[in-house]
Amino acid sequence: MDAHAHASDPARQMRAVVGSQLIFLTLFLLPLLGLLFPAHLSKIVIGDGLLLGIVAVLLRTRLFSTDHKVIGVQFLITSLVMLFIGGSLAMLIRLQLGWPQHVKYAQGWPHQAFLVLEKILPGGFPSGGGIMDAGFYNMLFTMHGSIMIFFAIIPLLVGVFGNYLIPLKIGAGDMAFPKLNAISYWLMPPAIAIVCAGFFMQSGAAAAGWTAYAPLSTTLGPGQVCWIVGVIVLGVSSIMGAVNYLTTIINLRAPGMSFFRLPLAIWALFITAVMVLLATPVLASALILLLLDTTLHTSFFLPAGMVIDGVAQAHSGGQVLLWQHLFWFYSHPAVYIMILPAMGIASEILPVFARKPLFGYRSMVYAIMGIAGLGFLVWAHHMFASGMNPTLGTSFMASTMVIALPSAIKTFNWLGTLWRGSIRLTTPMLHALAFVSMFVIGGLTGIFAAASPVDLYLHDTYFIVGHLHYVLFGGSLFGIFAGITFWFPKMFGRMLNETLGKIHWALTLIFFNAVMFPMFILGIAGMPRRIYDYTSYAHLAHVGGLNRMMSLAAFCLGAAQFIFIVNFFWNLCFGKKAEDNPWQANTLEWATTSPPPHGNFPTPLTVYHGPYEYSVPGRTDDWLPQHMKA
Amino acid sequence: MFSGLKTQDARLETEGRNIRHESCVLSLGSLFCVTALLVWLIAPRSVWAAEPPVRIWLPEGITTTSPAIDHLFYLILWITGGVFFLVQATLLIFLVRYRQRPGRVAAYTHGSSLAEIIWTVIPAIILVFLAFRSQHVWSSVRGTPPPEDLRIEVTAQQFAWNIHYPGPDQLLGRTDPTLVDEATNPIGLDHQDPHAADDLVTVNQLHLPVDKIVLINLRSKDVIHSFFVPQFRMKLDAVPGLTGHLWVKATKSGAYEIVCAELCGLGHYRMRGFLVVEPDAAFQAWWTQMVKEQG
Repeated sequence: MDAHAHASDPARQMRAVVGSQLIFLTLFLLPLLGLLFPAHLSKIVIGDGLLLGIVAVLLRTRLFSTDHKVIGVQFLITSLVMLFIGGSLAMLIRLQLGWPQHVKYAQGWPHQAFLVLEKILPGGFPSGGGIMDAGFYNMLFTMHGSIMIFFAIIPLLVGVFGNYLIPLKIGAGDMAFPKLNAISYWLMPPAIAIVCAGFFMQSGAAAAGWTAYAPLSTTLGPGQVCWIVGVIVLGVSSIMGAVNYLTTIINLRAPGMSFFRLPLAIWALFITAVMVLLATPVLASALILLLLDTTLHTSFFLPAGMVIDGVAQAHSGGQVLLWQHLFWFYSHPAVYIMILPAMGIASEILPVFARKPLFGYRSMVYAIMGIAGLGFLVWAHHMFASGMNPTLGTSFMASTMVIALPSAIKTFNWLGTLWRGSIRLTTPMLHALAFVSMFVIGGLTGIFAAASPVDLYLHDTYFIVGHLHYVLFGGSLFGIFAGITFWFPKMFGRMLNETLGKIHWALTLIFFNAVMFPMFILGIAGMPRRIYDYTSYAHLAHVGGLNRMMSLAAFCLGAAQFIFIVNFFWNLCFGKKAEDNPWQANTLEWATTSPPPHGNFPTPLTVYHGPYEYSVPGRTDDWLPQHMKA
Repeated sequence: MFSGLKTQDARLETEGRNIRHESCVLSLGSLFCVTALLVWLIAPRSVWAAEPPVRIWLPEGITTTSPAIDHLFYLILWITGGVFFLVQATLLIFLVRYRQRPGRVAAYTHGSSLAEIIWTVIPAIILVFLAFRSQHVWSSVRGTPPPEDLRIEVTAQQFAWNIHYPGPDQLLGRTDPTLVDEATNPIGLDHQDPHAADDLVTVNQLHLPVDKIVLINLRSKDVIHSFFVPQFRMKLDAVPGLTGHLWVKATKSGAYEIVCAELCGLGHYRMRGFLVVEPDAAFQAWWTQMVKEQG
């Protein structure tokens, strides 16, 4: 009897899911050890494969679930691990950028760090003496970008919060297609394996940047082919997820949950799913063409008259810019895929901790739709300097200026939500506020890049790197931290430690700005991105000091994340038990237990109000749950 | 009935907890600021200080179009800078002013149409204004080039810039990729072509006469490169299969560098060309000298 009670305790089940997932991922990533011991690679892979098989059979009930909460948590653990790996690559990038000429003054800890790194990753240091290979550096930023975008930010926002929140927030028992949902998760580990397999190849991993511009990407060999195939697999997973989210939101809403009573996180995920569904197939087809160009020597993106390494190429009829148009037709909407859910999360959290209805609910919804619609019309602003027809530059400059508008409306509405509130500075709230504050910088710096003549100068400099990190780290990642700290009690039935959470928040915010803000200054000074060694350029003679400062800040930023890891796992096991509704929030996920049982809601709920009825006059409680009559 | 009382208690307790947390945040915040300041003061300056101290900012602009681009840049900097300070200050003021205190009750409002209209229309006006200003500069930089004094061709390759000058006949000789020989004829110049006989091809050495309009035809042999001279405030990708056109009228003599701004492979970081802008007489002298050297 007792054992049965334990087995059905959802909190314990969630911990078991996390544990099994960690065991699975450890075994899954174990072949990476082959980088350390290349001689024993085959033994490691075979042994590990066997072990993985045994574990998959033993832990099958924990690993292969169709419960949306379990799948959400699986996405969470996997993408947090990938976030950690992507972040580690960023540390290596910063090490190189801080001390590109460390060999000349072969002393001090940076040089020692290079020597240690050479022992760990001999492949990246073929010439010895701690000199990083320029090709290895290209792999580092390519894989950093790809891992962060495809395996960390998109799965964290869309995979985790989409899966976990959609059924709970609309009052459904599960997703519309639970099996499809499980498949969409289980396509992610193979995609990771395929993309990372390049590290074990003679050619190395992909090294053409995360944008994989043809023709460079067609000249790089098997590592790049792996990248293409892996991203196609991930695209399939995204499309499956999107179909599921749309069907679920349209069909499985609880009685009374009209579209304009949906929480904004759900609106954001809904519109995001529409974008994924419309944009991802374009990326998939472009990738297939690129794959054919790379492997079967077709000429979709390769024109006549190319001479590579002195060898005349037999291609004809291809168009180099076609790749860029197709790629950005997906990848600019992808930027919004990576920011809309974070906007939704912020719009959820700000009202809860300001104890005030969201300011301008409908205009927020229309702003999301506006961003999504316009998001499909701005792709070629990545191509002002690409040599496309300058007249096209005009139209894309204009549409890009217009898309700043809905973003501005959202920002002002968030401020309006805080206005005359009663603001509680909890950890999730601090992250949400950091999101608003940092997103403003990301958005405003976008206007420089939108102004096409200015972009002619700033394009492909560190200004753009700074801009995209303010959007994707300052925006998306703070949104993700806000979401994780906010829904952790619901996911695992335990509270995170507020003090640790706030220390993590403060350190992350300070060091993030210390790394990323100087990037704008470097870009204005004309420092190109994707540069392995900038020291020989006369106009960059004085940027070394600033780069070293940024690198130190980046290391501190990385170190600060261990606080989050400790906070997460310690409290997962030993945290204070969470109440059902620890934040006194209105939306339906707080109406069930923490964590919710299988099927989510023991009795079906009916919805009577919008999601943000806080501090309603005449009530003793300052919140009014959606499922309770006033 | 009882549950109402219980939640009320819970709420008071949460409020107390949150107020404690808030003072905790404020003290933490100041602690970190002080630490950051101390680190900045104590850590050896050599770690990050440039020696000698110089302002890291826009390099000097040296073309007829660069002042307009710089002007637009500063205009956007002032506008976005103003918006940045307004928004961040409002955020901070709201956080302090409307922080939770005992007895504070949040206002119950779902928004205001007037506010929505105001903060939609004002940014819209600013953005339309910026779009018109951008378009104005864009058409002067990337619009139809003015009639040129000199037309040259730059052919990028991994990892060098091949510069092709016409001879006295002002015409560039024909090129053919099948004639490329990396050692002797990197751009595949067709020596059978009569226009090619007096042409000059240099590698990584671009000389331009000052105060002359130069049209640069930009091509690439292998992958995408990007022709970037920071002092020109200009970059344009060299795309295989396409010929890009950019024009400059340099206004100041001096030695500058060409940076490749599009990732082009292993040697991308060292794909550096040297640009000399010099008076016409000096340019002609250099040109004659080079023709003599290449025999």
